[in-house]
Amino acid sequence: MSIDSETMLSNEEQKEIQHEFEHYETKQAACIEALMIVQKHRGWISDDVVKDIAAFLEMSPDEVDSVASFYNLIFRHPVGRNVIFLCDSVSCWVMGSTAIGEHIKQKLGIDYGQTTEDKRFTLLPIACLGTCDHAPAMMINRDTHRNLTPEKVDTVLEKYK
Amino acid sequence: MNKPLTKNIDPKRGPLNLKDYEKAGGYQGMEKALKEMQPGDVTKVVKDSGLRGRGGAGFPTGVKWGFVPMGDNAPHPKYLICNADEMEPGTYKDRLLMEQDPHLLVESMIVSGYAMQADIGYIFLRAEYAEAEKALRKAIAEVYGKKYLGGNILGTNWSFELYIHTSAGRYICGEETALLNALEGKRAIPRAKPPFPPVVGLFGKPTIVNNVETLCSVPHIVNNGAIWYKDLSKTDDAGTKIYGVSGKVKKPGLWELPMGTTMREIIEEHAGGMQDDVKFRGVIPGGASTDFLVEEHYDLPMDYNEVQKAGSRLGTGTMIILDDQTCPVGMVHSLEKFFARESCGFCTPCRDGLPWVEKILRALEEGEGREDDIATLEMHGKFLGPGNTFCAFAPGAVEPLQSAIKYFRDDFQRHINQKRCPWR
Repeated sequence: MSIDSETMLSNEEQKEIQHEFEHYETKQAACIEALMIVQKHRGWISDDVVKDIAAFLEMSPDEVDSVASFYNLIFRHPVGRNVIFLCDSVSCWVMGSTAIGEHIKQKLGIDYGQTTEDKRFTLLPIACLGTCDHAPAMMINRDTHRNLTPEKVDTVLEKYK
Repeated sequence: MNKPLTKNIDPKRGPLNLKDYEKAGGYQGMEKALKEMQPGDVTKVVKDSGLRGRGGAGFPTGVKWGFVPMGDNAPHPKYLICNADEMEPGTYKDRLLMEQDPHLLVESMIVSGYAMQADIGYIFLRAEYAEAEKALRKAIAEVYGKKYLGGNILGTNWSFELYIHTSAGRYICGEETALLNALEGKRAIPRAKPPFPPVVGLFGKPTIVNNVETLCSVPHIVNNGAIWYKDLSKTDDAGTKIYGVSGKVKKPGLWELPMGTTMREIIEEHAGGMQDDVKFRGVIPGGASTDFLVEEHYDLPMDYNEVQKAGSRLGTGTMIILDDQTCPVGMVHSLEKFFARESCGFCTPCRDGLPWVEKILRALEEGEGREDDIATLEMHGKFLGPGNTFCAFAPGAVEPLQSAIKYFRDDFQRHINQKRCPWR
């Protein structure tokens, strides 16, 4: 089997994935970690990456894609440099997350699932972030921001270039 | 010591390192279990203590452990998994424990792993809890350094490895058999039961899955005994509970209190009561998938048995308050939107039924409700109820829906009659 050298996993990616193998009985069990590792390096999971990971884990590309397409933190489409995850679950809803969402949409000129033209932000809804005593909340990349108001959102967004 | 789970927690200071945790009495439960007790003794004291699963189901922990095959002929490796995939909307108690006292969870995994003679432990952690991950990784590294993890712990012939699995999202991962599939690198779809995980679990081997708060009670039970643990409670359900309140109260937060503390005390004393401009109308007592309770339940002791008798479930013990300025139909819509999105899609009633429910609720909110909508929603309560779906996800999803129709039926009807949401 020939693999396109441009889409092969990097040495670093391979090393990180191999480290995960040590934690499990099978290579396949590291599939989610493998996807997250490659996504950390490349931003998202392309069809070629699915094939490369499949080869590396001795799985079929379809099996890997069935996993990649299931988990909401694995992106099968390109995303912006920063991903905003706005909680729209019940406690945040009660505390006004809908208005926060409208504010972000208007400010950035995008809807859920879209990326700004300058590729700076992608906006996604997310299930409860587990910080309900400080609702409404959002996560940008892996940072959680709490007690949101439109003014606070403006300040926070400035920090992400 | 009446707050065993949170006694070390001081968010201003941050989590204790290994040295300070030990100085505060930490790892004594481990010492006692490994040096003075047989594995079966640990399971017995946990069983006797009456500890019930804090993830929401309330299953007796010691009884669950009792299903694991023991002895020389037991299959190995055996696994202990901490379910730290806290994704139940309105729930944020495990985050506190992991971020602020990671060594308590690590010690709990060691003691509990010893009881079932597990070889490998996993903490199944949701990816959003990056701070918890950092704290736990640091604690685990410290503990490996002191050889409380790894080979022949404290000179015994028992060895135990502990790893963190960071998840990639999806609420269904919290269902214990779906969690096993996720840990095996597959889609998180629940498995058929039986066989049950204590006998046939991860990679087909005996596996126990316990919630963070459940596990964190174990070293204290080992240290202080079953009777001490029972006496912490105000009712027949043992121990303390981390309760939480979110919504329009003056001081939303988390408090470790005796099991069976009344709803009134939790809301009025600890959460500071309702904000000045709003009135209490109802509460979802334990995360999104529990039935609404209302004012008549205000003096209810919040334990598993009493809340069940009142027609709901204690669940995770973190309440979400409905106030009079918030539309109950809109609140239920938010809940069902979550459930429709998070359904794993494996079985038909859940995959097709929940989006239907969501669509009707959205129509009601947008003034497009029809006269038969309430009946259709009620029908879904039956079709998606226990016994009709592959796992407990959909039955949980319709609990707040059915109870909202029961208690707030007039509000649903007003949406239809007025062709708009009266709160907008």
